[in-house]
Amino acid sequence: MSAPARDAARKGEGAALIWTALACLAQDPGGLGGMVIRARTGPARDALLSALPRLPLPIRKIHPTISDDQLFGGINISATLAASQVIENDGLFSHPRIILATMAERIPTDLAAKLAQHLDAAIGSALILLDEGAEPDERAPKALTDRLAFHVDLDGLRIADMTVPAGTPPPVPAGTDVKIPYKSPEILVSLAARFGIDSLRAPLLALSCARAHAAMNGRTKVTDDDLTTAATLVYPSRATRIPEDAAEDLPAPLQDQSVPDDAGNDGTTGEAIPAEMMVEAVKALLPPGLLDGLVPAGTGRRSGGSGAGQKRKGNRRGRPLPSRSGRLDGRARIDLVATLRAAAPWQPLRRRTQPDAPGLLIRSSDIRLRRFEETSDRLLIFTVDASGSAAVSRLGEAKGAVELLLGEAYARRDHVALIAFRGEEADLLLPPTRSLVQTKRRLAALPGGGGTPLAAGLKAAAELSLLSRSKGLTPTVVLMTDGRANIALDGTPDRQRAAQDSETLATALRLQSVPGLMIDMSNRPQPALKSLAATLGAPYLPLPRADAARVSAAVTGALSEA
Amino acid sequence: MTAPFPFSAIVGQTDMKRAMVLTAIDPGIGGVLVFGDRGTGKSTAVRALAALLPPIEQVEGCPVNSARVEDCPDWAEIGSKQVVSRPTPVIDLPLGATEDRVVGALDIERALTRGEKAFEPGLLARANRGYLYIDEVNLLEDHIVDLLLDVAQSGENVVEREGLSIRHPARFVLVGSGNPEEGELRPQLLDRFGLSVEVRSPTDIGQRIEVIRRRDSYENTRDAFLTRWQAEDAKTRDRILAARQALTEVRTPKTILRDCAELCVALGSDGLRGELTLLRTARALAAWEGRKTVTRKHLRSVAPMALSHRLRRDPLDEAGSGTRVTRTVESVLG
Repeated sequence: MSAPARDAARKGEGAALIWTALACLAQDPGGLGGMVIRARTGPARDALLSALPRLPLPIRKIHPTISDDQLFGGINISATLAASQVIENDGLFSHPRIILATMAERIPTDLAAKLAQHLDAAIGSALILLDEGAEPDERAPKALTDRLAFHVDLDGLRIADMTVPAGTPPPVPAGTDVKIPYKSPEILVSLAARFGIDSLRAPLLALSCARAHAAMNGRTKVTDDDLTTAATLVYPSRATRIPEDAAEDLPAPLQDQSVPDDAGNDGTTGEAIPAEMMVEAVKALLPPGLLDGLVPAGTGRRSGGSGAGQKRKGNRRGRPLPSRSGRLDGRARIDLVATLRAAAPWQPLRRRTQPDAPGLLIRSSDIRLRRFEETSDRLLIFTVDASGSAAVSRLGEAKGAVELLLGEAYARRDHVALIAFRGEEADLLLPPTRSLVQTKRRLAALPGGGGTPLAAGLKAAAELSLLSRSKGLTPTVVLMTDGRANIALDGTPDRQRAAQDSETLATALRLQSVPGLMIDMSNRPQPALKSLAATLGAPYLPLPRADAARVSAAVTGALSEA
Repeated sequence: MTAPFPFSAIVGQTDMKRAMVLTAIDPGIGGVLVFGDRGTGKSTAVRALAALLPPIEQVEGCPVNSARVEDCPDWAEIGSKQVVSRPTPVIDLPLGATEDRVVGALDIERALTRGEKAFEPGLLARANRGYLYIDEVNLLEDHIVDLLLDVAQSGENVVEREGLSIRHPARFVLVGSGNPEEGELRPQLLDRFGLSVEVRSPTDIGQRIEVIRRRDSYENTRDAFLTRWQAEDAKTRDRILAARQALTEVRTPKTILRDCAELCVALGSDGLRGELTLLRTARALAAWEGRKTVTRKHLRSVAPMALSHRLRRDPLDEAGSGTRVTRTVESVLG
């Protein structure tokens, strides 16, 4: 077979699997959770979406900024006022539905948690996430994708590949009881272990999938064929490693295959499938690039109530703004006085139409909501590499950039702090301040030379950002280095340990969800620094010839996106 | 509302189950914080606990679950004097909950439709004498966290807004769960939880298979499965009740008090809450095991869950603070 033909065959197979997944989902929407569809808008995705009405539940589309009263239901204010008795709206969560979430890669953490709780409530809803992320790390929240059985990537599939294969059986009415052979859970769990899948949801979902697959093919007992299909549908997207041929690649605790079992322990009882065949089947579908480092997991970057130092229209705290008319959606609080003021002029007119209504006559258009505006101050923590390797000229450029930024920070009322690391440790040269004069003086006196204790610099930045956050500032770490870390955290010269320590601390910083920016000041871009930036969850800017103006422009650009 | 997964049927996770049982014996220990990876059954365990707890006696229709008629708040306008028995309330605090939903607020419906000023009690009222469960506690909005801290501290909810001025009791056990990868929890809130446990997916294949088997029979043959575990759950419940009775008689030798103090000094945990929790938890454990005296063995087994979240954070400590506690316990208690 020629290469293109083989390619086409693989695509056809992939598409066939997608349809199988959809059929399983139609069989048991609640048990399988749903599907993640990763694709940009296009004909292939449209073909798949046009098939969604086959699912046995009504479909509701939601967007990432959906409000709580749409999800949970609430009082319908206008109807309540008109009828003078309480009339409730049904929320999205009150009945089982297929929830179709567009732009799933932008779902904020709190909405993700609400959706996850709804799925866990097991009233039979399923969730379809349309993940339109362009970058590898733009992904739908893990808390949700972990709960959904199928992950489909339409990358490279054309409309021609998406023909519905003949012979896909229609869903069977629920209630058909499918038996699970005693060995099945064992087979699925061991297989998951060999692919390094840690979450126990994966084998559970695979088992439900096998059940659904058996039911729609009219069987009353799960067969090896069902198990293989289930594993190939559920496992590939979750695998974290490629198994070797034999079972000895299991981690030590998983080696213990002695399951209390009345049958023999040779694994070749009447039911057992040659596990290798299943492994091969799943292996064939592993996403490419599994081994060039797993996709960095999106962290809770968008979590927390900090607004990156920008203005936020809130309805809780801050400077009061004039009240606005609006809908009571449970988030905003009503401004009673303003509401009454708005309703007052209309009373005589309304009284004419409703002469016997008690009390004030209020319409929903009179409702006024409180609004506040709060800003949190931003703190830029410059963490500058002042080692010998970051040549003295570079240090000059870095200083220039910091000075330029200081001017801007002054205009934007940001705070600035400066940490320099050289020799064996990091120094906080300048605690958070808005004083231009002081900062310039300290900068000018910044010496250079010695080793590169990158880890120590990161640690100082992490501590300072924690401290400043507790004071209500919004920290952002700007790291300028050439990345040749050679001093470990305890001050001993050791390249390998220094790199490890930096990784550890970068992870710690990311977990605190401190936004950052990595500026590479070496002569050639360093791949090691790029991976460190990924660990840090920060944009990476190689500036081989950093001049102050460009650094400043880059930082400003990166910050305005934050 | 489907019947939750039976508590006794949860495979492994001994730490988590033990912590929950101990707070059920002595609610004064404070809450439980469960941190761990996805899909380890955190929420399952909390929901299961609700079914396990002994029922409480309360005045019928009282919004704050008062035990006696004279304790009912006057704004509630209770008509009935009946005392009914009902399951211990386990109230969910959803992430999107607004301040009004949590503390209670002016009853907008009644204000708009009937022109009356009335108080609509919130989640804190419903959680009184029970449990308040916060899933994904580390993603909770800061101002809600502040509110909770304040109420958990004083045992009373004070509402002063929109012309209302109301206070009602709100004593509850906080149970929080979360995934540390999604975000950190503020130290002030950490310290409010009595116990903290970390859960991981079981690594033993046999255990994992057992989890799948049980979960599958729960999903598909629910009634039979629940019946099978009912007796186990009842046994645990009776044991909790017996331990509650025995708790007052558990003696604490002076040497144990000394050990508690020495442990906390060696660990450098902030404040005195650590010692108090450690002592209470050890006593609850002694009562659970049917002993009359607290011994070093009890201290040893509860020290990690009572103290590990009260240490100063060390970002470089990969092993986590639980290991640090165990090491210190070994060096102090020998």
